[in-house]
Amino acid sequence: MNTAVQTPIREPAPPAPLLEMRGISKSFPGVRALDQVDIKLYPGTVTALIGENGAGKSTLVKILTGIYQPDEGEILVDGKPVTFATAQDATNHGVTAIHQETVLFDELSVAENIYLGHAPKTRFGLVDWKALNARSLALLHSLETTVDVRAKLKELSIAQRHLVAIARALSVDARIVIMDEPTAALSRKEVDDLFQIIERLKNQGKAILFISHKFDEVYEIAQNYAVFRDGRAVGHGALRDANQNEIVRLMVGRSVDKAFPKVDVALGETVLKVTNYAHLTEFRDISFELRRGEILGLYGLVGAGRSEFCQSLFGVTRPSDGSLTLEGREITIRSPRDAIAHGIVYVPEERGRHGTVAQMPIFQNISLPSLAKTSRAGFLRSAEEFALARRYAERFDLRAAALSVPVGTLSGGNQQKVVIGKWLATSPKVIILDEPTKGIDIGSKAAVHAFISELAAEGLSIIMVSSELPEILGMSDRVLVMREGLPAGLFDRQSLDAETLVRAATGNA
Amino acid sequence: MTRILKSREILLFGIIAILVAGFSSRAPGFAEPKNLAGIFNDTSILIILALGQMAVILTKSIDLSVAANLAFTGMAVAMLNAAHPDLPLAVLIIIALGIGAILGAINGLLVWKLGIPPIVVTLGTLTIYRGMAFVLSGGSWVNAHQMTPVFLNTPRTLFLGLPILGWTAVAIVIIVYIMMNRTFFGRALYASGGNPTAAIYAGIDVGRTRFFAFVLSGALAGLCGYLWVSRYAVAYVDIAAGFELDSIAATVIGGVSTLGGIGSVIGTVLGALFLGVIKNALPVIDISPFWQMAISGAVIILAVIFNARAEKRRGRIILRDKAAKTYQEATA
Repeated sequence: MNTAVQTPIREPAPPAPLLEMRGISKSFPGVRALDQVDIKLYPGTVTALIGENGAGKSTLVKILTGIYQPDEGEILVDGKPVTFATAQDATNHGVTAIHQETVLFDELSVAENIYLGHAPKTRFGLVDWKALNARSLALLHSLETTVDVRAKLKELSIAQRHLVAIARALSVDARIVIMDEPTAALSRKEVDDLFQIIERLKNQGKAILFISHKFDEVYEIAQNYAVFRDGRAVGHGALRDANQNEIVRLMVGRSVDKAFPKVDVALGETVLKVTNYAHLTEFRDISFELRRGEILGLYGLVGAGRSEFCQSLFGVTRPSDGSLTLEGREITIRSPRDAIAHGIVYVPEERGRHGTVAQMPIFQNISLPSLAKTSRAGFLRSAEEFALARRYAERFDLRAAALSVPVGTLSGGNQQKVVIGKWLATSPKVIILDEPTKGIDIGSKAAVHAFISELAAEGLSIIMVSSELPEILGMSDRVLVMREGLPAGLFDRQSLDAETLVRAATGNA
Repeated sequence: MTRILKSREILLFGIIAILVAGFSSRAPGFAEPKNLAGIFNDTSILIILALGQMAVILTKSIDLSVAANLAFTGMAVAMLNAAHPDLPLAVLIIIALGIGAILGAINGLLVWKLGIPPIVVTLGTLTIYRGMAFVLSGGSWVNAHQMTPVFLNTPRTLFLGLPILGWTAVAIVIIVYIMMNRTFFGRALYASGGNPTAAIYAGIDVGRTRFFAFVLSGALAGLCGYLWVSRYAVAYVDIAAGFELDSIAATVIGGVSTLGGIGSVIGTVLGALFLGVIKNALPVIDISPFWQMAISGAVIILAVIFNARAEKRRGRIILRDKAAKTYQEATA
């Protein structure tokens, strides 16, 4: 055990950093994920790492835990340079991470989960159950909790599982604890419990790196901050010297406003009116109007309920309350089929996995959502089906040997064309795009944005869910911000700016 | 893909042809039209059952209860015929289809509404339906002399050299072929099994599609109940015991993927015929029926390996020159 730091160090100012990263860079093909990043973690201190999606936080965590190797720069533990060639190296130096979704095993006991992979052994090489249970109990005691170490994980509550995950992370004599959005799936009560544990770890002299989107939590638990933007460390310091506005400004930067401009389109009459849409557990009080040719951006943090709302608008789930008016007529949507029939379509986020049926020929994929329209009395009409497919394949310049080859044989880009084509083939009035450019390189993004503009110009109404601020700012006529399932503001294009949106989404007004 | 399947179907057809040729060298007369018609007639029930099974397997499910369904329905119509000889055959056939469909619907509902895995549901109903056949009959048999001549003889009536039983299979093949390739339901079967999530987003009710696949499988099993009882002129609790495995084997040999979404009517029919040829040929060339089981088993495993390889081979075409090559092949 680390006797050197047994006595709590409460003042973060004087001590030397426990871990320091100097000039760390990491590139992937086409992307510079981290660029000359410095960060210092002090014993007994919580440092909050703040940044938008894609700012480089996850890459940093992976370097710290030995999963990625940095291209440049050095890591120092206790002032001595170290290399984390493997995850085991990082563990040996006392670095441990608790991930957003820690992998635990439902059917194993609490103790087994904590020590999986490094369980104490008897001299015959068998698992030493006595030691295993005793050590697990001691570990959980140090977190001041009482969980039965023999209970199966599936019997525990979410909060207790979280404790087990933390205990597992600490079971390797950790001194540096990384928490990657640990509160994402927790209720307020569970967050409070977690914070008590973090407080205890802090008092034990551990250095904690706390990654979160949520400002209130950051201010509550952390003493220091570091802000990342586009792979660079753009600011750091003590939180008590920095107000939220400064941090938001650091986070979003100034350069984002004019990217991806939407082509101006004269907005037409109201097409879709959503009034007080609600779901029992996922969202509530969502109201807005959508006009012809308009792009409504739907912004919020991951888990704010945007996709859930869109899925219920599309009929995948049923709303518990609220009404829907399409072109002046009240409609009810009970299934995706209803939605498609009314001219509302949803292009899901994971277009690779949810977009196409890979074994099916291209033409059948394109016609799939339109079959209700093109078939008569349950019988398909192949000529029409083919004509439809050919029309959209030509429109998107689809590169395929023939329309009868399975979609699975196409390249990713061409599969995307099939997905878009099949939705446009239904001649929709409203199209919901869930993260339309996620995982696409910069060049293709511009093409997608130009295309979305084109659709709006043709009179389609678009709801665009996106977590990328530049995209939301550039493309949207109006932006609806959601936070924890509730509307957090509806902003016009004139009053749009990055800070306002981030403030609304993170909940500091 | 159609290409792989087509070549696969041609391959299977070729193997069957070679088998027939080989057997006829040992047993003269084996390849004569009359004998071949006989083999087809013998395989009719398997073909019909396998087509229902295929619809179910396409949706990533499996129906283990088809043979039990067949036994119960067969018993029910046989007893009905014995008790009310004046009921017209058409009514009995409709009743058989109806009972079968209801039993299939029970499977379908359990899978759809309660979300129980199909293999568990149909393993349960397999025993239940057999048990029901026992309860219904009290364990006794319905023998040929209790059945009316129309009931017994209609499927055996020759028409253009083939008994009505064989023609029934032909008709079912055509109907199912049209259903699979030309109707919304058929397309929904492929989509639901191929990518359930994508199917839901495309407006297809996957649960409901699966339900109707079970109803179809059940109805065809019910029809086979009548055909079986009349063909073998007897109804008892244990008829067609284990026959569900033959129906699954036929689909797998025919190239239907057990993961769903892949398979063709022609392939399934050929798969059933393959089993039929082996079953008919082995006794002719003096091979014990026990070998027959081992051979069928080996062929099933070979077919699965073949399927897995065919599915694995489909990679994405990313290389430019390969894309050009496939393009040339396709346009040639």
